[in-house]
Amino acid sequence: MTTTIRKPKVRTYPPRTMRSREADHLGRGRGRPLPGRIAHDPDDLIEEASASPAAAFMAGARDIVPILLALIPFGVAFGATAMGSGLSAVEALGMSVLVFAGAAQLAALPLLSAGASVAVVVLTVLVINLRLTLYSASMAPHFGRLPAGWKGLLSYLLTDQAYAATITRFDEGETREPDKRWYYLGVGLAIWVTFQAATTTGVFLGALASDGWSLDFVLPLIFIGLAVPAIKNRTTGAAALSAGVAAVFCAALPLNLGLIVAALVGILGGLVAETVTERSRR
Amino acid sequence: MNTPTLWLTMAGAGAVTFALRLSFIALLGRAEIPPFLRRALRFVPAAVLTAVVIPLLFYVNGAFEVSLGNERLLAGLVAALIAWRTRNVLFTLGGGMATLWVLQAIGLGG
Repeated sequence: MTTTIRKPKVRTYPPRTMRSREADHLGRGRGRPLPGRIAHDPDDLIEEASASPAAAFMAGARDIVPILLALIPFGVAFGATAMGSGLSAVEALGMSVLVFAGAAQLAALPLLSAGASVAVVVLTVLVINLRLTLYSASMAPHFGRLPAGWKGLLSYLLTDQAYAATITRFDEGETREPDKRWYYLGVGLAIWVTFQAATTTGVFLGALASDGWSLDFVLPLIFIGLAVPAIKNRTTGAAALSAGVAAVFCAALPLNLGLIVAALVGILGGLVAETVTERSRR
Repeated sequence: MNTPTLWLTMAGAGAVTFALRLSFIALLGRAEIPPFLRRALRFVPAAVLTAVVIPLLFYVNGAFEVSLGNERLLAGLVAALIAWRTRNVLFTLGGGMATLWVLQAIGLGG
């Protein structure tokens, strides 16, 4: 770890002049980064090329701030909905620490209050979190050579937001190899602390709220806000449509299996639509 | 659900989620996602998110209901419209809750 501190300043390539021209061409050369976007200022680059662990950690925690704001509603919604579903404050926070995946936690709540079996809830969480394997595969070249403890810690902190905020700069070599773990740790811990604080806030709000406010409606609304942008073209549209139709018919399935069955029908629908589209193009 | 079962469920959900996160990071160089699975994974968000939402909008107290009296369905449609136009979860949340409260105040369902 100490080796990184004494490394001399590394010259970046291509040369700085070329980089800034390129950056100007992209329309984000100077000034503050747009909110919701991670800073890729050329000045940062040179500074971080010789970063110490602490500096890399702080850079990560700083760059993630705009994304943290978008994360807060999930934690608050989960905390509040968990209270409405009959979980205690400790159980709600325990779930945020154990699972640490907002969408899956929210989707599990109706199942938990309906008294679904352990297997059904775990299976549902598995299906919703399947996408994490994609992130894991994409991060593997950057973390694969770390000691097991680091792999475990960084994997636990792997979320949509942490992945989105780090993968581009890692793949493009903007963060030096020894700094990656610290930069990512800064990003991941900032997300973790924010999510737990937001859950706690939601738990208190949920305890204050009255039933008349219909705050349980926050759950479908959050998923609508996520589902609509996930429908990007005809094939993802077909996936959503078949999942939706299946969900209507499967809602009464025993053991609360409706969600899993509908999700699998949707994935199948997307695959079929894709195959049909490819065939018709030939 | 009683407390020990709940904690067991949450621990199981946490273990499964951690295993998914660790999967390829732990297996570096020894495994790749099979092409078929990679194709299927692209449809997971649209399929799963829709499958979560639909029953919560179309079922009222366990019964299928499509009518003007189903305030949640109407508010959900407004929210979907907002989500489509703005692609912003916060606006979707605010607009959907406001619509529901207005519909409940008007009392179309009687």
